Parts: sequence; C-alpha cells; structure tokens
Amino acid sequence: MMDMNYFSLTLCEAKKLLQQGEITSVQLTESIFSRIDAVEDKVKSFITLDREGSLVRAEEADRTRRQGRAGELGGLPIGVKDVLCTSNMRTTCGSRILEKFVPPYDATVIDKLNRAGAVIVGKTAMDEFAMGSTNENCAFGVPENPWCPGYVTGGSSGGSAACVSADESLAAIGSDTGGSIRQPASLCGIVGMKPTYGRVSRYGLVAFASSLDQVGPMTKDVSDCALMMNVISGYDKRDSTSINLPVPDYTAALTDDLQGMTVGVPVEYFSEGLDPEVEQVVRSGIDMLKDAGAEIREISLPHTDYCVAVYYLIAPAEASSNLARYDGVRYGYRDMEAETLLDMYQKSRSTGFGDEVKKRILIGTYALSAGYYDAYYKKASQVRTLIREDFTRAFAQCDVIVSPVTPTPAWKIGEKGDDPLALYLSDILTISANLAGIPGMSVPAGFSSEGLPIGIQLQGAHFNEEALLRTAWNIEQRAGIKGRRPELG
Amino acid sequence: MEFETVIGLEIHAQMKTRSKIFCGCSTEFGAPPNTQVCPVCLGMPGVLPVLNRQVVENGIKFALATSSSINRENRFARKNYFYPDLPKGYQISQFELPIAEHGAVDIEVDGAVKTVGITRAHMEEDAGKLVHDDREPVSYVDLNRTGTPLLEIVSEPDLRSPEEAVAYLKKIHAIVRYLDISDGNMQEGSFRCDANISLRPVGAEELGIRTELKNMNSFRNVQLALEFEVRRQRDILLDGGEVVQETLLWDPDRGCTESMRGKEEAHDYRYFPDPDLVPVVIDDAWIERVRGELPELPDARRKRFVADYELPEYDAGILTSSRELADYFEAACMLYPNPKKLSNWIGTEMLRDYGPETIAACPVTPHNLARLLNMIEEGTISGKIAKTVFGEMLATGADPDAIVKEKDLAQVSDEGELLNAVREIIAANPEQVRQFREGKTKVMGFFVGQLMKQTKGQANPQLANKLFQQELG
Repeated sequence: MMDMNYFSLTLCEAKKLLQQGEITSVQLTESIFSRIDAVEDKVKSFITLDREGSLVRAEEADRTRRQGRAGELGGLPIGVKDVLCTSNMRTTCGSRILEKFVPPYDATVIDKLNRAGAVIVGKTAMDEFAMGSTNENCAFGVPENPWCPGYVTGGSSGGSAACVSADESLAAIGSDTGGSIRQPASLCGIVGMKPTYGRVSRYGLVAFASSLDQVGPMTKDVSDCALMMNVISGYDKRDSTSINLPVPDYTAALTDDLQGMTVGVPVEYFSEGLDPEVEQVVRSGIDMLKDAGAEIREISLPHTDYCVAVYYLIAPAEASSNLARYDGVRYGYRDMEAETLLDMYQKSRSTGFGDEVKKRILIGTYALSAGYYDAYYKKASQVRTLIREDFTRAFAQCDVIVSPVTPTPAWKIGEKGDDPLALYLSDILTISANLAGIPGMSVPAGFSSEGLPIGIQLQGAHFNEEALLRTAWNIEQRAGIKGRRPELG
Repeated sequence: MEFETVIGLEIHAQMKTRSKIFCGCSTEFGAPPNTQVCPVCLGMPGVLPVLNRQVVENGIKFALATSSSINRENRFARKNYFYPDLPKGYQISQFELPIAEHGAVDIEVDGAVKTVGITRAHMEEDAGKLVHDDREPVSYVDLNRTGTPLLEIVSEPDLRSPEEAVAYLKKIHAIVRYLDISDGNMQEGSFRCDANISLRPVGAEELGIRTELKNMNSFRNVQLALEFEVRRQRDILLDGGEVVQETLLWDPDRGCTESMRGKEEAHDYRYFPDPDLVPVVIDDAWIERVRGELPELPDARRKRFVADYELPEYDAGILTSSRELADYFEAACMLYPNPKKLSNWIGTEMLRDYGPETIAACPVTPHNLARLLNMIEEGTISGKIAKTVFGEMLATGADPDAIVKEKDLAQVSDEGELLNAVREIIAANPEQVRQFREGKTKVMGFFVGQLMKQTKGQANPQLANKLFQQELG
C-alpha cells in the first residue's frame, strides 16, 4: 500500500496485508494513533488511551509474526469498552466512582484478545455502568456520532461504535444488556453482535444486569464480526453461566445464498412510532433476503409490549445488587467528610454515581423490597418466561427474525434528555433478545435523508449466530453501502 | 404465674473444605490478614462465583444425617446489605429451596428423649472480619474469612430449657464432626450459634415476644446466657412489662446480656435468585453415593456400644460424644477386652485432661492404654501404681512397659521376697496380731497397708493377703 491510511482498512483486510508482509503492526498501530490524533476531539470515543503500550504490543506482534506464530488477531488494533477489566489500564465503567480503579486481573475476553495477539489501543466511552441509550451518561465526556457532529452515538457502547465508525480502531468490543451493542452499531453505521447468553464469558465484564449482560464484537463489516466471534467465544469455567458447547468457525458461515432459509417478520416490530425511513430501509432489506433465496414469513411475538416493563424491573433489580459493592470502602472513591459509616456510604454513593445510575438503583431496590417483590421482580421474571416462549415458538417457524434495530436514526445530543420514558421505549426492539438470551445482530442497510445510518436487526435461536452472520452477509452484499465512511476531515 | 421457655437455635457451622465456597482460596484459619484472597472473594468488579462441589456434598451429608429432605434443585440467592466486611454488598446464601428441610434429631436431657425439629439447613458464604484499633478510631478489614463456606442450621422452636438447647447444640456439634464437615471449633468461631428465646404462660398456644441472643462462643456460655435471659424475661413479665423484641449480646465477663440497639438497623435483605449461579441439581445417584460414604452416626454408635460392649447408657453416651473418642475407645478395646473397666479408666483418668474432641492430641495411644490395663490384669502392677505410670505416660508419651522398667515399679510377686517382710511386720505388731486372732479380720487391712508402705506399693495385694493369712493362721 502506498498511502498511510491503514486505519481505514477492515480487520480482515489488515490481517491479510500483515500476513502478506505488506505492512507491519507498528505501521498499522501508528496509523491508528495518527487517526485518533486527527479526529478524537470531534468524536471523543475513548476514556483512556494506551499509545505506548500499544506500540510495544505491536512490536511484539511483528516479532511473533516473523517467528511464524501470529495469533488470530496478531497485531490488529482494537478498542475495548471500558466495562471489561484490564490489568494494565484503569477500568472506569464511565463512572466517577471507578475513576482510578485499575483491576488486578484481566477479563476472560481480554485474555483471549491478548492471546490472539490483538493490540488494545484504549478503553472506550460508555454510559455509566452501561446504563443508557445515548452515551450522554458518561462521567468523562460524551462521544459524538461520526456521521453528524452533535448527534448521539447511541449507547451504552457508544464509544466502541464511534471509534470503529471513525476508523480510530479496526474493531471494538462492546457489551449489550438491552441493545447496547446493536443500537449504537445501527446509529453509527457499523456491524454489532450480541451473542447468545452464555456464548462469551462474562468473567471480568463489570456487571450491570447479570442475567442479561453479554459481550460482543462491533466491527466495520460482517467478516470482521465473524473473525472476532471466533476469538472471543467459548466456555469459561470461571463463568458458571457460560455454556460448554464447541465454537464453530463463524467465518465459514458467510455464504452468498439463503436457499432453504426462512426469515420471520414480526408484526409487532412494525408498529406505530416507527420512523418511515427506518421502515423503508428494513423493508428493502427484506426484499434483498428474498432475492438471496430466503422464504419470508410473517410471525408474531405476542408479548413484545411487555418487554420494556419487564426489562426495567429485572435490569435495575440486578443492578441495585451488583452496584452495592461501590460503597466508598474500596476502589479509591470515598467521601472523606463523612462522620459515620452510614454517612460515608450515603455521601460516597450520592456523589460518586450519576443520576441515571442512582435512578435505576432506586427502581431496582424498590422492586426487590419486601412487599413489592412478588408484584414486581417475581412477576417480571414470570413474564420473561412468556417472552422466551414467544421466541421458541417463532424459531419453530423461521431461522432468523428480521426487524428494525431502533425506531429512529440518531438524534441530537440533549434532545431526549428530559423524556426518559421515550428513551426507555426506544429500546423496545432490542431488549427482548436479552430477556430471551438469544443472539441478536445489527447490520448497516441504508441511510436516512439526513445521511444518518440505519441498521437492520437480525435475531436467531440460541447458539445460532451462524444464521445471523450468513443473513447479515447477504444483506451487506446487496445493500451497496459497504465502504461508505463518515467524512471527518 | 408459671412460664414456659421457648428456644430456637440458628447454628452457623463453618464447613471443612480446602478451598472457599466460590473461589480457589484456602480456608485455613489464622493466616496474616488479607493473604488468602483473590479477585473473586474480594468481590472485585466483574468477578463471578463458581460453586465448590464439596460444599454441596457436605450439605447432602448433613441432610442425610438429620433425616432432612433434600431439595433436588438448589438455588443460591443474594442477601443484600451494606457492611465493610461484606465486599460485594451482598452475601450469597440460599433463600427459597435450601439444600435441607424438615429434619430432626433426638436429644436426651435427664433421661428423657426428645425429638427436635430442624426447619432448614442452607449453604452460604461467610463474611470477613473487622479489626478495631484500640487506640485510634480506625477499623481494619480482614477478608481472609470472606467466602468460607457455612452451613446455617435453623431449628424449630422446640427447645424448652437452656439444658435442652445445649443438648441440641451438642448433638448438632457431634453430627457435623462425625460427618467431618466442620471442625466445630467454637473458640475460632467455626461453630457459632444465635438463639431466639421467648417465654409464655404455661398452657398458652401463642408465642411470647422473643429476643435474639448473640455472642455465645462456648456451650457453657450458651447455657449461662439462656439462663440469664430466662430470668430477665420472667422478671419483666412478672412485673407486668413487655419484652422488647431486639438483638442482645451476651457479655461473658459481666455475665449479662446487653442490647445491640443502635448498632443494627431493621433490615430488608431484598433476597433474589443470584443470576451468576446456575441451579444445582442433585440427583439420586449423587445422594446414594454420599449415603454410602456416611460414617456411623453418634446415636447409632451409642446404641451399638450398649449392645456390643454391654456398657451402661451413660458410659456409651460419653464415649460416643465425639468420633475421635469413640474411635479411641474401640481401638483400645480390641487389645483390652474389658469394656467397662476401659470406660471407667477413660472417664476418670483421661477426660480429666482431654475433652472428647481433643483426645487425638493425647500422647497416650489406645495401644499403650490397653497395655497399661493389661499389666494390671496380669498382676505386673497394681491399680494404684498404674495411675502413677499413667501420669508418666501423659507427660512423656512413653509406653508403660518402659516406664515400669525404668522406674522399677513392677509388683513384687515373689513369695520368698515378701515372706521376710510379712514376718517382720507380724513380729513388730503383737497387739494387732492379738486382735486378728480374736476374730477382728478387719485388721488384715492394716497388715497389708504396712507391707505396701514397706514395698512402696509394689507388693502384689493378693499375694500379700495370702501370706498374712498363712503366717497368722
């Protein structure tokens, strides 16, 4: 390659050039950092960057490659959401309360990335403790949508979406509790996958809602997503909820044909409130799938209306317990003025957490309280079973469910700040995959008239990520927007 | 007015496992603060618990030993509360579906046997410890104990006196030690108990207002604290007052309870199923395998001791009060087949210095004890000398033959050697000789005593008797 714009490569493209000896990881990493230098103050994707460490890792990757021992991601620069524990970088979860916290261990996914030779360039911005759909709830700055300054990236993995979209890393890792990978991926025009619950280890993923959280890749295209899935998937004995099933070669699933596949279109996902431009992109996506040989079938997920209510009981309930450990005793943030133990707890948590986190802790504490548990948490758990059964029935009729990811494209930062209910409702299309534990994916499929990206959501049966990747690949081949990047100067 | 005492106990038995309940850290007691910790038991952000299978197995053992029903699907729940010794802000415990429910054990007080119900037993993790500085207003947190597995055993309110409570506590203590699932060390806090206690007029159905007693770290303190609380509550009720429902701490130095009010808020623990742990399914095969590995339990062993060794109930009860003591007895009995004499010796000589649980630390091996008692039977030493030898065995651990030989304590059974002394004594005591010959046979005791004095107790008493009879006759 003649120019130095290696940063614009996809993961697979860069991997090929490294394998062919056309470029080195040091060149690639330097290119990424020059890109970061150029656009980071516009995009604000990162909370922490590790320039020196990255170059050391890049040199190491070049050395191992010369010795013929390059890993799956040998020398490839990626970003990681600041919710995964890294022993060499602070892990803030976008919160003041963990501002100075450097974990004494690496998350299993970080371990896998390191062993695969990836160069982790930094930790990306996120809504505090992954609570939010806009990334505005980040204590260390709000990232902006690379496609349109002043617009939200989506959230909570907004920094990861933005850094991939803005070519500040070749790929990124996000986490998804109710759509936190798929929604920002859609709003930023990249590919994002939330794997099946149990497919990727949660060990070292700072918990928001343990029964819903899942780590997944955020990439420039579908091939990169498959490659990342190959690296991060698999059983982990340190995570009792991970499932001991063999990991397929996901890249083998990318075949240009959907013969024999049935795609379900849920009527409930095309209801009022859906932006007409979004609907149009999704409808044309469905036509592409038909062209590729898939049978299209209308299906029903009758409990869809309850998803938001169920989610906003279960997720805050688990969060209220998961976040109890941030009490001012450990991790460096403590209110030193407090007189008593109780006072110290209250003041440290009042000032250490942001408003959205406190709101959800309050909701969750209430939902679990004596006298309310049966009406809220328990009832929500029961309805969750019904939602899961909706999907079981649906996947008896189809292989993949296609739908919008979000009801609208990205909006202006601050625009929905005073309407939390509208924000919660905008999660309606992504939440059910987490409640059911099934895999979900967002793949770019078009743009709004304002030039904002619009993605299509694909959902599949448990451990059927391959069907999603194959379907997404066929959309990508036909949508004709691959390679279209935001203009960031 | 007469009152009936109603007591229920909550026992926390620390389980004997090599590693903690949800991580691989050691459970050993007494290590320097915060050296037996890892990210998991420290409750670091992002960590996840992985259940130690041995903990479940111990729970199954306890359930089987107490005729409890075993829940085939076990769940763990989070008990949420804030305290600096609880790094996650919640304790992983069991709430719905504990491992054991509806069990029972028999206790015996003053010869009466009574069945005490066990409401439930569940698995949970222990918290850490706060160490308060004596001089500065500073508290230090030691998290070595965090994540040590516990079995919490909750009794029905079936106990009607402090004596019954202690008998029940001792029974559970014996069971967990027989099962080898807890070392039962009350001083180190690996076997703790809280008591709920209330009084009601005799004949009343409804329970009175209860208090909860904590900080009773020995059987004796449990007895004393409950006795104190019975008196305190009775005085309040007799004065027409009302008992305040509260938690009380037993102060063993002052011999009274004090209120914990102000130190403890009313808690809503907000239990919910722990989403980080999957349900533990216990199948028949697992239960049957564990059942096959169960040791003989205290009640069965006591009955066997009565039947096989023809021991009185009392002796059998003491000998089987710990697995170690019962093992000791049976090992010695194989070599010295006089169970009652062996039991007497153990009861009077050994249990003076060693408790039923510490018997294994006694330097006198069962083999050496049996040898000592056989030496009495054989006439090598007298019972009196045997006690001297035993004292030496306790002090040095030496075998009795060596001690007798070294200290020249063997009984004199040689007729010729004793005969001279017998004649001398007869010659020196004409008055007693006259009395004897007049029919006062009791004087024989005097003669034998004189001989013992001369021989430093080493004369064979039967032989001495025979020689005096012969010389005086």
